[in-house]
Amino acid sequence: MRKRALFGIATRSILRNKMRTLLTMLGIVIGVAAVIVMVALGQGAQTMIETQIKGLGTNMLMIMAGSSSQGGVSQGAATFNRLTIPDAEKLAREGTTLAAVSPVIFSRGQLIGGVGNWRTAIMGVSPNYQVIRDWPAQSGSFFTEADLRSVRRVVVLGSTVANALFPDSDPVGQQVQLRNVPFTVIGVLTPKGQNAGGTDQDDTVIIPYTTAQAHLAGHSRIGQIIASTFSPGDIPAAQEEIRAIMRESHKLAPGEDDDFTIRNQDDIAAAASGTTRVMSMLLAAIASISLVVGGIGIMNIMLVSVTERTREIGIRMAIGARSSDVLSQFLVESIVISVAGGLIGIVLGYGASIALARATGWAVAMPPQAALIAVLFSAAVGVFFGFYPARKAAALDPIQALRYE
Amino acid sequence: MTTPSSPRPPPVIRLEGVTRVYSAGSNAVHALAGIDLVIEAGEMVAIMGASGSGKSTMMNILGCLDTPTAGRYELDGTSVVGLSRNELADLRSRKLGFVFQGFNLLARTTALENVELPLLYDRSGRFTGRESPAPAALRRVGLGARMHHVPGELSGGQQQRVAIARALVTNPSLLLADEPTGNLDSHTSIEIMALFQELNAQGITIVLVTHEHDIAEHAQRIVEMRDGRIVRDAPVTERRMAAPAQAAAGVAA
Ligand SMILES: Nc1ncnc2c1ncn2[C@@H]1O[C@H](COP(=O)(O)OP(=O)(O)OP(=O)(O)O)[C@@H](O)[C@H]1O
Ligand SMILES: [Mg+2]
Repeated sequence: MRKRALFGIATRSILRNKMRTLLTMLGIVIGVAAVIVMVALGQGAQTMIETQIKGLGTNMLMIMAGSSSQGGVSQGAATFNRLTIPDAEKLAREGTTLAAVSPVIFSRGQLIGGVGNWRTAIMGVSPNYQVIRDWPAQSGSFFTEADLRSVRRVVVLGSTVANALFPDSDPVGQQVQLRNVPFTVIGVLTPKGQNAGGTDQDDTVIIPYTTAQAHLAGHSRIGQIIASTFSPGDIPAAQEEIRAIMRESHKLAPGEDDDFTIRNQDDIAAAASGTTRVMSMLLAAIASISLVVGGIGIMNIMLVSVTERTREIGIRMAIGARSSDVLSQFLVESIVISVAGGLIGIVLGYGASIALARATGWAVAMPPQAALIAVLFSAAVGVFFGFYPARKAAALDPIQALRYE
Repeated sequence: MTTPSSPRPPPVIRLEGVTRVYSAGSNAVHALAGIDLVIEAGEMVAIMGASGSGKSTMMNILGCLDTPTAGRYELDGTSVVGLSRNELADLRSRKLGFVFQGFNLLARTTALENVELPLLYDRSGRFTGRESPAPAALRRVGLGARMHHVPGELSGGQQQRVAIARALVTNPSLLLADEPTGNLDSHTSIEIMALFQELNAQGITIVLVTHEHDIAEHAQRIVEMRDGRIVRDAPVTERRMAAPAQAAAGVAA
């Protein structure tokens, strides 16, 4: 039997029941569209995160406590925190490839001042932090080495905090209370926006790390040391250099594992986009459940169709159709339905992704191969769910089928 | 088509001791209880008998839709017993044409498409690369002007003609018709018999089942069945000839 004839029979019988076919297709249409939207959103988020992280500056390095021998940074309680101020000082002193080094002490707390209070992230750093992060002040200035050495209670506000507490005035020079300790605002930073993890980088206040250790009780632990190199090309050399200095500083014997981890922007980008990839795969998997439901819809209608057309099957067999001819007829029919549904779903999915991007401002990315995969997948759905009804048709006894009322 | 050459061609049909037993639960129904029958090429045979006597069962076996429980069946000199489903399908495609009581045309499908249907399942390649024989088959049954009509737009007699054209289109050695006039009025029945006689005169072997004596008398030979056996097998002494002109008038459109 010629393939074109098969296709002709299938399309004709499909067109004969337009409404029914349309409703049958709907499951596949929605399934494919949902998968495409999910993939587009996931891919969009991933690319956005990657560009954001790269945008932070490619010559930044982070040193964290804990070994990475298991492939990831272990941050468990068992890890002995061994990042110290002397580590940071030694790196700054001896690192020939390093342009700037700053320890970072993370904490959270309440800031009272201006029009109310605000819970925010507190970072205790050195003045180099501003250089490393390339983060200019929009008003006032960052604190200085002198402020650091004198353990002054000065604070630089992120723009979100400044807008929240001082919506109508310049906070520079104002007195605020950070965890009930009085501080003087000396600067407001320019907005940086969200980071890779989606948190607002401007929702923070920055103080000298010496002040943090002296006045914010219980928050002297150094979370990380960040450093920048003179150029992005120095990164590999810098990583080696940092490693040597840190091992020396921590007095690790040869053969002993590192008790710290060094990560560059590429590592961070990969980790972050890995997370979103898992997320978007999960979403796509959930969306593909509707594809399965759509496939069951096709199976249902094909079973009805086989019963309805029992006599037609008998006629075809009587005039010489083999079982395999009948099988392919019904199989092609279910594939045509599912692939047509898939194609409509692709158009709908791409349209919905674009509309979603316009309406919400979310990033969407539509990889062209997603369309191909969607078509192949819906064809597979057609084969899988069409096979049982088609086999049922092919197994009919011609005499009984002819007699069917 | 069937020019008899000096060594006699094998009979189109040879049944020897054919039985067909339906096991309906505990009791077995002997629908055919030992049939011996030979039908030569070019014959036109009518099968008669009371309801339930096994006529349709025999037709199904002759048509390779069913196989005997026991006995031998040779179609065109080759044995049909023990063939697979696919081989039977190919035999139906190559050698047989069916006409049914209820016409059995595909609904909402034009006469021409219905007639083309058997060509779709042809595996011999006889028709590839040639002009489709379907329009000629329709003209042969007098429906040249109705090719693009769907069954719903045709009378019963016309639908049966389409069915006959469909049976003829692959040039079968045997045309089987189970009560072909069962759903038609007597006038139309005569027209259909005229068509059968005309086709038979052109050399096609025809076996048909009927309940009516005057229809049966259009054949050359009548086989009578009772309880799964042949009880009478005799030539028709005064064969009725349906006037072809009369038949043509019936389809003139
Ligand atoms: N599939 C079947 N299962 C069981 N018994 C059957 C089956 N088909 C036919 N029979 C039985 O076989 C016998 C012959 O049936 P068949 O249909 O051949 O009769 P028939 O001569 O064609 O009758 P009619 O003139 O009414 O068409 C009947 O007794 C019938 O009940
Ligand atoms: Mg019958």
